[in-house]
Amino acid sequence: MPIVKIDGKEHEVPAGITILQACEIAGVEIPRFCYHERLSIAGNCRMCLVEVKPGPPKPQASCAMPVADKQEIITNSAVVKKARNGVMEFLLINHPLDCPICDQGGECDLQDQAMAYGYDRSRYAENKRAVPDKELGPLVKTSMNRCIQCTRCVRFAAEVAGVEELGATGRGEAMEITTYVKHALTTELSGNMVDLCPVGALTSKPYAYEARPWEMRKTESVDVFDGLGSAIRVDVRGNVVMRVLPRLNDDVNEEWISDKTRHAIDGLRYQRLDRPYVRKAGKLVEATWDEAFAAIAAKLQGVDGRKIAAIVGDQCDAESMVALKDLMAALGSPNVDCRQDGSKLQSGPRGGYIFNAGIRGIDQADAILLVGSNPRLESPVLNARIRKRYLSGKCAIASIGVPVDLTYPVERLGAGAATLRDVAEGRGSFAEKWKGAKNPLVIVGPGALAREDGAAVLALARSLATVRDDWNGFAVLHTAASRVGGLDLGLVPGEGGRDVAGILAGAQRREIEAVFLLAADEIDTSSLGKAFVVYIGHHGDAGAHRADVILPGAAYTEKPGTYVNMEGRVQLGQRAAYPPGDAREDWAILRALSERLGKTLPYDTLDQVRARLIVVNRVFAALDRQSPGAWGEFGKAGTMSDEPFETPIRNFYMTDPISRASRTMAECMASRQQAAVAAE
Amino acid sequence: MLADKDRIFTNLYGFHDWRLAGARARGAWDNTKAILDKGPDAIVEEMKKSGLRGRGGAGFPTGLKWSFMPKQVGDRPHYLVVNADESEPGTCKDRDIMRHDPHLLVEGCLVAGFAMRAHAAYIYVRGEFYNEAVHLKEAIAEAYAAGLLGENACGSGWKFDVYVHRGAGAYICGEETALLESLEGKKGMPRLKPPFPAGAGLYGCPSTVNNVESIAVAPTILRRGAAWFAGIGRPNNTGTKLFCISGHVNTPCNVEEEMGIPLKELVEKHAGGVRGGWDNLLAVIPGGASVPLLPKSICDTVLMDFDSLKDQQSGLGTAAVIVMDKSTDVIKAIARLSYFYKHESCGQCTPCREGTGWMWRVMERMVLGNARLEEIDALYDVTKQVEGHTICALGDAAAWPIQGLIRHFRPEMERRIRARTEKLAAE
Repeated sequence: MPIVKIDGKEHEVPAGITILQACEIAGVEIPRFCYHERLSIAGNCRMCLVEVKPGPPKPQASCAMPVADKQEIITNSAVVKKARNGVMEFLLINHPLDCPICDQGGECDLQDQAMAYGYDRSRYAENKRAVPDKELGPLVKTSMNRCIQCTRCVRFAAEVAGVEELGATGRGEAMEITTYVKHALTTELSGNMVDLCPVGALTSKPYAYEARPWEMRKTESVDVFDGLGSAIRVDVRGNVVMRVLPRLNDDVNEEWISDKTRHAIDGLRYQRLDRPYVRKAGKLVEATWDEAFAAIAAKLQGVDGRKIAAIVGDQCDAESMVALKDLMAALGSPNVDCRQDGSKLQSGPRGGYIFNAGIRGIDQADAILLVGSNPRLESPVLNARIRKRYLSGKCAIASIGVPVDLTYPVERLGAGAATLRDVAEGRGSFAEKWKGAKNPLVIVGPGALAREDGAAVLALARSLATVRDDWNGFAVLHTAASRVGGLDLGLVPGEGGRDVAGILAGAQRREIEAVFLLAADEIDTSSLGKAFVVYIGHHGDAGAHRADVILPGAAYTEKPGTYVNMEGRVQLGQRAAYPPGDAREDWAILRALSERLGKTLPYDTLDQVRARLIVVNRVFAALDRQSPGAWGEFGKAGTMSDEPFETPIRNFYMTDPISRASRTMAECMASRQQAAVAAE
Repeated sequence: MLADKDRIFTNLYGFHDWRLAGARARGAWDNTKAILDKGPDAIVEEMKKSGLRGRGGAGFPTGLKWSFMPKQVGDRPHYLVVNADESEPGTCKDRDIMRHDPHLLVEGCLVAGFAMRAHAAYIYVRGEFYNEAVHLKEAIAEAYAAGLLGENACGSGWKFDVYVHRGAGAYICGEETALLESLEGKKGMPRLKPPFPAGAGLYGCPSTVNNVESIAVAPTILRRGAAWFAGIGRPNNTGTKLFCISGHVNTPCNVEEEMGIPLKELVEKHAGGVRGGWDNLLAVIPGGASVPLLPKSICDTVLMDFDSLKDQQSGLGTAAVIVMDKSTDVIKAIARLSYFYKHESCGQCTPCREGTGWMWRVMERMVLGNARLEEIDALYDVTKQVEGHTICALGDAAAWPIQGLIRHFRPEMERRIRARTEKLAAE
């Protein structure tokens, strides 16, 4: 490892890193604007200049210069100070000094660094440059006068998001960052550009002029809009969630989040269930908790447990799921299902339903086969990770399913199960590559599992998996944040129990008399027949619409909750705000209801529920850790249909009660449709 | 003064046939195989001994540059790239080479390419040089037809191809890495160095970018020997050089002369002297728009080579001598150059993008005297903030003319500011 001298002190640093990274390791701060760890090096802002010896007499851009042994790096000399001050002055001459009305104010790199390197007055007596603002869609607001041409957004779009829709036109001081074709960006990750922008040129449109960073309480939590479990920070002012930002988690989301994760949060303000309702004479009427519980107790009185059922939604926390499971067991019902979409995954060996290789495992894969998955819609951040793998080269990527644009080239092998069988039986050129691969990764998506022959597809996909001590290449891509947790807790039909389809069919035949919907809205509620429906959830969506009793619960930002992401990582979400009105945390509702039904659940506090989680499944004892699941037999060989694999996500921006209530998401959808029409 | 027998560019003025037959009659393509037979390392060694310094402006030793290419061809091919994007204001030497003696360049491509173990050369021709590109392409076609290029170039057994690419007229594409970007079909923006082109250049392969003149003189040097070339000029500034003399002289011209010729002699002997006589001289920009100007007092004695001009805080650059007599508004002249650099800045890096515009705007006010005296110092400070802080040398090139102006003509700038202030006060 090279030894470098930084400001007179010797440091041993890893070979192959840049001087800027070496300085970071040494604890010497280097100001920068264009440099970003996860983007290619541009070296154009010139803020990171340092003196390097041996080398040319002029200061060097430390972000682009590799370290070498016996190098001497000087970051505090007069030459360096002058260079930085000079660059700062240049950046500011054409930058509007409108910090008081700029949304970036208070969290602006330029503002912060100007404090350290700026002059206290301007020597620039000429007029400032004016740059027309650009239309980048409903999420990204532009104020291009403020742009310092660092090109982070351009590099993000081209490299991470994989849409080459942003670039620089013109040259010299007339250079402008723009979409060449004047339409909104067609990426699900556009919000990240706002985070990347070191100044206020790109700001969040929905959040424009809403709040200042110092006014908000920041809570670290976990995302529930897809199965990835991205690390997020929820910023709340008063009791209102103002914005969601990504947190750094290299194992999961690096530092990106999808536009839905970031911007669906205005849905938390609309369509909320803030008090219990009871249906009287066909109409939902406001009620007290007592009345609501009484109505349920009266209805369930004397009903055989086998005629009661429960369906779990996609964004539920593990605490409420275990409470529901225990309540159903106490009521004697085996009819519980957490697979709203009808997925044929079983709660058997854990290796059969998680993303065993881990999200990080994508980086090591050298052949990837997507089976019935469109990761771009199902988990955009995971898709970016696959794209990153593609960019680093030497990885064959193929897909089986309907053709989709994933932002990287994918060899499309075929549409359905027959093709999967070909690959499994070693036919075709991709099968050759698959055999030659060291770390092949088969990613099975909901499009392959949520169908009648899902178990057979699962078994076939299992046969493609390479499982060794250091590699498990079987990966299930989940779209529901609650799914792995649900399967871990065994929320699947018990002995003789019914799954979702069975429950709905039973309800129509009056074999099921009461159904609990735990924030389950993605089922066909019109198929619930005459069953008595209790909806526990936070939004007035499909489930609540059909309900006979509504018990208002808490959304993910309003309760401390445990979530297990698709790779089996147990993560804790925190309460950032309080649920509206009379709404309560879901597990507490179930606990209270159980007492009323005479089947009191044995826990009174959150800690006790969490202890119960660990009793049900040991995995809940280890937080934030990922390892391959137990391997065993799963799936069931059988005949398979010719139907092509197709992702169930028709509309990325509206997949759940919160995003359906979000106006921002509605705008995104409209903008996408316009772009699609314009493209035709 | 250079003897006729030592001239390399014997058809500089286009008086003779530029085609293959004429070029051969003047000695081009004369037993090129014998040169190649010496082997790449011997050629590089000979070039080093000749002391040839790059003719594109920076004056980096050509032989040394060639020696940076890997000695073995790995899995990536080697490329020679010839910079014919001659856009430096005042410079017109490569243009005359290409239209009047293109075979010197084509032969040079083969020799230089062979020396760096390349099988292909790309000549990036300035977009405006349409006719020059036509001549060059014609010359290349002739060379192919005569077996001088192609599968078995000059019977040496070495496969060699030469391609001509026309640029689109951006000054910055004359910067070697911006040229490579442009050649690859991207926006012409300079790359960060390292890696240098010899490590990762065109398409990421080892490449060397040379000026037209550097390449065109190579075959003659190798034919006549390094000692001959090194015997012309002064130590470390050897050989002959094309000078482009323009501006307020009686007969502007291109001329091949010995390195280190006194500026005064160059102007008087070849360009018919300064308009109105030597005493009417105000200043000379000795090496193309990028280098600081020299006042008459220095012009009286300065020698035209890299080191002498560097000692005078200027540079030989492309050896484009721009002569200005006393009728010149020297501030306006430099302001015009500032506008040029502001217009041609690629916009990639901060100091150049923001600084060139700033400097130009201040210079425009300086022309009118519409400034405060202390702004001269501020302007000088801004040029120093641009210089050395940019990715490529365009920032330096924009800063130097202004620095030269302030260094030598500060009294004139101050006079103008005072005059305007007094005039306004009187009104």
